[in-house]
Amino acid sequence: MAVKKFMYINRKAPYGTVYALESLEVVLIAAAFEQAVSVAFLDDGVYQLLQGQQPQAVGMKNFSATFRALGDYDVRHIYVEQESLQARGLCAADLMPLTYEDEADDYQEKSSIHLVSRQALTALIAEHDVVLSF
Amino acid sequence: MLHIVNKSPFERTALQSCLQHALAGDAILLIEDAVVGALAGSCVAAELQAALADKSLYALAPDLQARGLAPERLLAGIETVDYADFVDLSVAHERNQSWL
Amino acid sequence: MKYIVMVNEGPYQHQAADTALQFVRAALAKGHTMVRVFFYHDGVNNGTALATPPKDDRQLQRAWSEFAAQHALDLVICVAAAQRRGIADDKEAKRHHLAAANLAPGFRIAGLGQLIAGCIEADRTLVFGD
Repeated sequence: MAVKKFMYINRKAPYGTVYALESLEVVLIAAAFEQAVSVAFLDDGVYQLLQGQQPQAVGMKNFSATFRALGDYDVRHIYVEQESLQARGLCAADLMPLTYEDEADDYQEKSSIHLVSRQALTALIAEHDVVLSF
Repeated sequence: MLHIVNKSPFERTALQSCLQHALAGDAILLIEDAVVGALAGSCVAAELQAALADKSLYALAPDLQARGLAPERLLAGIETVDYADFVDLSVAHERNQSWL
Repeated sequence: MKYIVMVNEGPYQHQAADTALQFVRAALAKGHTMVRVFFYHDGVNNGTALATPPKDDRQLQRAWSEFAAQHALDLVICVAAAQRRGIADDKEAKRHHLAAANLAPGFRIAGLGQLIAGCIEADRTLVFGD
């Protein structure tokens, strides 16, 4: 099977619409297909990664915990756009600590989240074969 | 890269975000409600004008027609295309991104 | 070129389903092929057999069914999204003890793997959504 580079684009906040939840389900399935998977959070998408979400308050399921499982599915390239965080008064410390175990480095736990500039993210997206937006 | 924007720039930030992430040589296609952003004299015209310097901009003609927007009213430099041209644009650009 | 088209919105609510259908028509007219049309999120509602839109408007759900038959298109409705929104074929209806099945002709229900496999096989992936 060919290996393509998949980039998942998340631009929407969670809970107000279903896109955040259902796009995460696609990411997990793609990981199972052994494709090269990157996930980008920009614009309001950055809110999907905030710590301390309590959607039970609005009667919804807390799926943010699923983000923590991404490392187990070998999804270790999670890009968060710096300008999007800054515009929203957020910083890296506000985000969930998502990690993976690097088998090439004695299974050391490393951060899956990479803060990138808009310019860097643009270049990264352009390197991917398939860009899926939700 | 072919960027596809389908929401009005007066309603959503998709077009703005697209312009901020597009590279020289990219194509930006406005479809559905996004075509309203293609008119000359709007408050987004300056941004689109700047983009025209190194990117190609297109508006889907059937969507303009649907909304009663005459092609003569478009910002100069924005090309109108039909669905067949839309397909051709997707062939010409190896990658595409829908700004949803 | 081989295409996979992803439809993320339901019929009538958003123009996405209309634009997708027009794009697929134009692509096929130019001699390109469709690996699959994959319906996700509310896009699964394009596959209901129970819609009765006003006769003087386009019949979107039926248009997909008829177009699929004419061109042997593979129209796939995501099973998880369909379960959330109440679109079921006979198998799903039986499995979940539903009162009835309502999947329109020409569509089939399958998992997200079909989307990924389609993106791998196709030369171009197009997404129509909100």
